[in-house]
Amino acid sequence: MPVFDLSNTPLRALNGALHGLSTGANDTEFEVVNPRGHHAVAVGIDSPVTVDVRGSVGYYCAGMNDGGTVTVHGSAGPGVAENMMSGTVVIEGDASQYAGATGRGGLLVIKGNAASRCGISMKGIDIVVHGSIGHMSAFMGQSGHLVVCGDAGDALGDSLYEAKLFVRGSVKSLGADCIEKEMRPEHLEKLAALLEKAGVPHARPEEFKRYGSARKLYNFNIDNADAY
Amino acid sequence: MCGIVGLFLKDPSLEPELGALLSDMLITMTDRGPDSAGIAIYGGASNGKAKITVQSARPEADFDGLEAALTQAGLPVSLTVKSTHAVIACAADALGAVREALTKLRPDVRVMGSGESVEIYKETGLPKDVVSRFDVRSMSGTHGIGHTRMATESAVTTLGAHPFSTGADQCLVHNGSLSNHNNLRRELVREGMRFETQNDSEVAAAYLTAEMAKGKDLGEALTGALDDLDGFFTFVVGTRSGFGVVRDPIACKPAVMAETDRYVAFGSEYRALVNLPGIEEARVWEPEPATVYFWDHEKAA
Repeated sequence: MPVFDLSNTPLRALNGALHGLSTGANDTEFEVVNPRGHHAVAVGIDSPVTVDVRGSVGYYCAGMNDGGTVTVHGSAGPGVAENMMSGTVVIEGDASQYAGATGRGGLLVIKGNAASRCGISMKGIDIVVHGSIGHMSAFMGQSGHLVVCGDAGDALGDSLYEAKLFVRGSVKSLGADCIEKEMRPEHLEKLAALLEKAGVPHARPEEFKRYGSARKLYNFNIDNADAY
Repeated sequence: MCGIVGLFLKDPSLEPELGALLSDMLITMTDRGPDSAGIAIYGGASNGKAKITVQSARPEADFDGLEAALTQAGLPVSLTVKSTHAVIACAADALGAVREALTKLRPDVRVMGSGESVEIYKETGLPKDVVSRFDVRSMSGTHGIGHTRMATESAVTTLGAHPFSTGADQCLVHNGSLSNHNNLRRELVREGMRFETQNDSEVAAAYLTAEMAKGKDLGEALTGALDDLDGFFTFVVGTRSGFGVVRDPIACKPAVMAETDRYVAFGSEYRALVNLPGIEEARVWEPEPATVYFWDHEKAA
């Protein structure tokens, strides 16, 4: 099992080793110690590798992940798992702003709280937050699921497309064109599967409310012509 | 982009290490702001003394004989030169008279800050060079704030560097940019505030000074800033005994805080905090948008 100590090893050595893995490689369990808030830890993974990061990371950890499983045993700075394609990223602590931004696939689990703009412009990623999220989350979310076991901040789902949002606690305010929607059986089923996958204890799908797009901003509306 | 650090000590046994701890935090933030750096250190109990930190582009010419000249003018002072800066110590009740005399004796000297306990050092250049030219590592104190600057709103000059001090023992560092600073500056000038630069952050500092002069405490002044300042900001502010943090409602400028029984620390990034003692056990959190945080040595006691 390769171990990279970032207190004495350049970040590029870690990321280079992750990028150099060929199909069928044996050493696919990586450990990173002393990350000490480093930026861009384990970005650009494109193989089914496992990375355990022992400590807290800075900007853009596990960005662009495609198929890897990255666990941060600490907290993450801004932009964790940004533009994830596939795979799993787990943050044991809290995540800073724009966690999972623009993600196209995979699962991001945040066991603490996430700050503002969680899941901004999400395009297929599933994000499960055990705690609460900050303002402007899922802004312009296009597809995928955002599950929040705690509360959501101001302007949830502003200018939302087809991302589905589930919040168990309170929502401080909904953004433009975001509304509460009926929870149908297929939503409960999907939510139950996501909660299970994300290891959320003691949360039942029936306790959540669903939010989605009112679809009023999709098309040009002649009555709004004066606003342009 | 800029970097901000701050450290407010609760445990007096850490006070001799304040300069060293802050220096390391500041240098870690070099890639957020390599243009200039500055630091304000609050030295603690003053015993009736006051200090003025001054800066000169020609330190030899301006600082030579200044102590004697002020003493000769009936204002007994002691002067300590540190590179391009000097700290003039005088009786607290003579502070105004010394500043007045300075404008006549050394018209080119700029006052970086003054008060009972603050010393402010700032220059263009890399943070590590700024820290070493002023020997910040050896300084002790109760609390301090620092800034690494990547300039956006005004020129890269010594005076454009942070912290900005616009009132006795008050100073501010800023990451962000204000959009209503010109208008606010005009209003503050009308109220009698004086400005050294065209910098937006100086306006924020002067705004807080003006509000506190009207009787508000630091927390109340910061709450007012949320209504009256338009733009992006994360501010860290120091007063003689206090330390405050506020972020604008959008909160896109990063901020991380850590608290233990021994200190409260602020960093633009977690990286800046990793060398602090006991950081592994600290409570680490991201300050909420539009929320005022402040600590005060006198109110805590």
